[in-house]
Amino acid sequence: MSINQGGWKPTAPEAGAAETGTFTGNRALMLEQPLLFEIGDTETTGVDFQARSAASETRLGGLERNREIGLAGLSEPEMVRHYTRLSRQNYAIDLGLFPLGSCTMKHNPRLNEKVARMPGFADIHPLQPADTVQGALELIETLAGWLIRLTGMHSVAMSPKAGAHGELCGLLAIRSALEARGDARAVILVPESAHGTNPATAAFAGYRVENIPATAAGRVDLDALKSRLGPDVAGVMITNPNTCGLFEPEMIEISRAVHEAGGLVYCDGANFNAIVGRVRPGDLGIDAMHINLHKTFSTPHGGGGPGSGPVVFSEALSPFAPLPFVEQSADGYALVEEETAGEHHGKSFGRMVAFHGQMGMFTRALSYMMSHGADGLRQVAEDAVLNANYVLRSMEDLLDAPFGASGPCMHEALFSDKGFGGGLGTLDLAKALIDEGYHPMTMYFPLVVHGAMLVEPTETESKAALDQFIGAFRSVAERAKAGDETLKAAPIHAPRRRLDETLAARKPVLVYREPEQAEAAE
Amino acid sequence: MGNRMRYLPLSDADRRDMLGVVGADAIDDLFVDVPQAARLDGKIEGLPDHMSELEVERRLGALARRNMVAGEVPFFLGCGAYRHHIPASVDHLIQRGEFLTSYTPYQPEIAQGTLQALFEFQTQVARLFGCDVANASMYDGSTACWEAIAMARRITRRGKALLSSGLHPHYISVARTMAKFTGDDLNVQIPALTSATDANELLDRIDGETSCVVVQYPDLLGRVGDLSELAARAHEHGALLIAVVTEPVALGLLKSPGEMGADIVVGEGQSIGVGLQFGGPYVGLFACQERFVRQMPGRLTGMTVDAEGKRGFVLTLSTREQHIRREKATSNICTSSVLCALAWTMHMTLLGEKGLRALAAINHEKAAAAAERLARLPGVDLVNESFFNEFTLRLPVEARPVVRTLAEQGVLGGVSLGRLYPGEESLENGLVLAVTETVTDEDVEALAEALEGVLA
Repeated sequence: MSINQGGWKPTAPEAGAAETGTFTGNRALMLEQPLLFEIGDTETTGVDFQARSAASETRLGGLERNREIGLAGLSEPEMVRHYTRLSRQNYAIDLGLFPLGSCTMKHNPRLNEKVARMPGFADIHPLQPADTVQGALELIETLAGWLIRLTGMHSVAMSPKAGAHGELCGLLAIRSALEARGDARAVILVPESAHGTNPATAAFAGYRVENIPATAAGRVDLDALKSRLGPDVAGVMITNPNTCGLFEPEMIEISRAVHEAGGLVYCDGANFNAIVGRVRPGDLGIDAMHINLHKTFSTPHGGGGPGSGPVVFSEALSPFAPLPFVEQSADGYALVEEETAGEHHGKSFGRMVAFHGQMGMFTRALSYMMSHGADGLRQVAEDAVLNANYVLRSMEDLLDAPFGASGPCMHEALFSDKGFGGGLGTLDLAKALIDEGYHPMTMYFPLVVHGAMLVEPTETESKAALDQFIGAFRSVAERAKAGDETLKAAPIHAPRRRLDETLAARKPVLVYREPEQAEAAE
Repeated sequence: MGNRMRYLPLSDADRRDMLGVVGADAIDDLFVDVPQAARLDGKIEGLPDHMSELEVERRLGALARRNMVAGEVPFFLGCGAYRHHIPASVDHLIQRGEFLTSYTPYQPEIAQGTLQALFEFQTQVARLFGCDVANASMYDGSTACWEAIAMARRITRRGKALLSSGLHPHYISVARTMAKFTGDDLNVQIPALTSATDANELLDRIDGETSCVVVQYPDLLGRVGDLSELAARAHEHGALLIAVVTEPVALGLLKSPGEMGADIVVGEGQSIGVGLQFGGPYVGLFACQERFVRQMPGRLTGMTVDAEGKRGFVLTLSTREQHIRREKATSNICTSSVLCALAWTMHMTLLGEKGLRALAAINHEKAAAAAERLARLPGVDLVNESFFNEFTLRLPVEARPVVRTLAEQGVLGGVSLGRLYPGEESLENGLVLAVTETVTDEDVEALAEALEGVLA
């Protein structure tokens, strides 16, 4: 930080004045904020407690803490300012279009937040007697009913905590079903274009992973898949619509072939937003699919969760679904847990989480579904697909669209950096979009396209918002094609310029150390 | 076509114009790849049409009112989820759109807010647990616990884990589920209603094939046991000590597991900043000593500099993760629990060391007073000698029906061990009670009187 030796100056603009630093390092509304540990201390607290009687004898088994922890505190005004200032260094859906492909960054309705905070949902304990939480259990069962009807499947497991956790749930059910018929198999097939979570999950569930190639049209190569199927293949994990933004037109045929070979079909439901209300995955022959409530059903992503990943099952896999689940009887709603499962659900593969799943996300998702209704959800898919095609067709004369000729896309449009000049690539275009006031699209994914750019506008963008985005996108694409060197320096208007990720990984600094400790550690 | 629902900005005129640009006559033309057999025309059976905001709020409000709200009755439940007061500013701040509606910080130049807060979170968790490093959160305590066991297998290349009988039975169930598929050998026993933890028995069972010893601190029955000897014995045999903390407020008064030699410390962060919410979303805490960092699961935030030399933060060491390493990743986790982690760090920042110690002291005093009061009831014994804010009573009768009867009388009087260990006769009279700062003297008196009445 440099001190402004000039003291107070009038605010009339001068040539070049914008380039000079400020006393504080701030630039008007762009406010720098030090680390908590640099501004707080262990003697400050922002919480008042009622006065207590003199400390009585403790019963801590002789394990009283006798060292300082090192937790800095702030008073309430300082704390509110700390996080408010930090928040302003984030991009968010509330600020603008967030075209992150495969992530479905749609508007998060505030009604959902209000409902989730009703004390009857927010302030109940997971182990309360069932009679005292009938409304909560009914809510879970109601949401389950929506998910089953929207997907045309047989049952749903509500407890998985996020998409990847749902994948795990699906694969554990597949493995349990195969083992139950004495036919344990070792291999899961995954298309090259799959999300990284698919192969990671398969490995986590104890499977060997093999890739299946894509066709030139961006679809699963059915012939290659069929030729690989056999008695060692437990199943396939297929994303549909796929990560190239295309529907798999041969999905029914894929499912049939896998079933004929004795395997099972897992569908990654990350892209369900494109087809909700128009296609039921159950009609495509799949056996299990997770649904990201934090994508299709608008629960907020929160900067990296919490999500929620319920898994719908076919009849064949339903007996193996995890515990606990809600069941309705004449006496009301009950939780089926380990003790009651034995009677009629003895094949369950067991428990995946401590309690019953992401209740706070269930309330939000149901609020969203009821708001849209069955009619509105169908409109969601249609508008999401229309918006993506609008972007695709408004850009393809300028940007390479590798599967543009394959027909309409679903809810996301795929481009590549083919034809960029001056050694520029997808990263440079993405960073230039930041300067234009947008969060970039998904970069370098799917892996099957070199320099991929996956754009998912979602249905909650107006035509005016799309037109402005397309204008900005075309502008930076033109600069990239012309080899405009200045893109290499982008972003220049963000709270930070490009960050040195190599340094971060080579010398990891994962926690704060006071300067004297940091020096000692050098 | 024709809905203009409140979350959908396109008008019919927009849709017509855009279809023109796209070169389609109708929206169906964009769904041509869907096989005819799978096209859904018309309404989905059994689902209602759209509703106004007022109507949704009315209907869900009616469901919410059918639950007994913890804050409205004498409330004593714990066992992995604790009711603490959350300052109003925390919930306000996590609802700022820049936190609530942002994505995982893949573009660090426009995500410094979340990244810096996560770096501070990692520092707070590491210090509280007595570890060198912590990650940016897991789903919850139970999944963090399994990830720690899996991490110990990768580090020690052994598959035999020793689980304390004082570990939350749901955490054990989660580990058992996973172990069935990974082939890990889990050594588990049922707890005994004694004042001592099972540390001595665990000591005898550690051997040269043990990958890790997993101990909850304080344990499920609320008992507090020294971990130092376990750590030393585990290390002698080349095994790791994993400590599990389900009530992090306890560490305001208690020595940290890291201080006593734990290699990996995981926990449920719910009790700080995150409400009860019927079990989720919660926030898994995950910390370890520095030498194991490359085997950690989950996101890590690291400090670096930008092109102008300014300090900044990025997600780092991502070569451990699924989006880079695919089937060779340390975990499949992607979305974790960042907003809950932000609530956690905000609440912890407001508390600071001084506030956390004061909060912990109040919890302990209130619990001690309540334990003393309840143990005076005829036929009721206090199992614990040591505890923080949670303790176990032995009732003269089976506890589970007692809890139900208390609930009928408007008292949420703890968690019966019969609920957590169904069919275990040796535990069926056990009742676990948590007493936090939210419990008043009147609440304790109401519970004591109601319990006395039920037992009479």
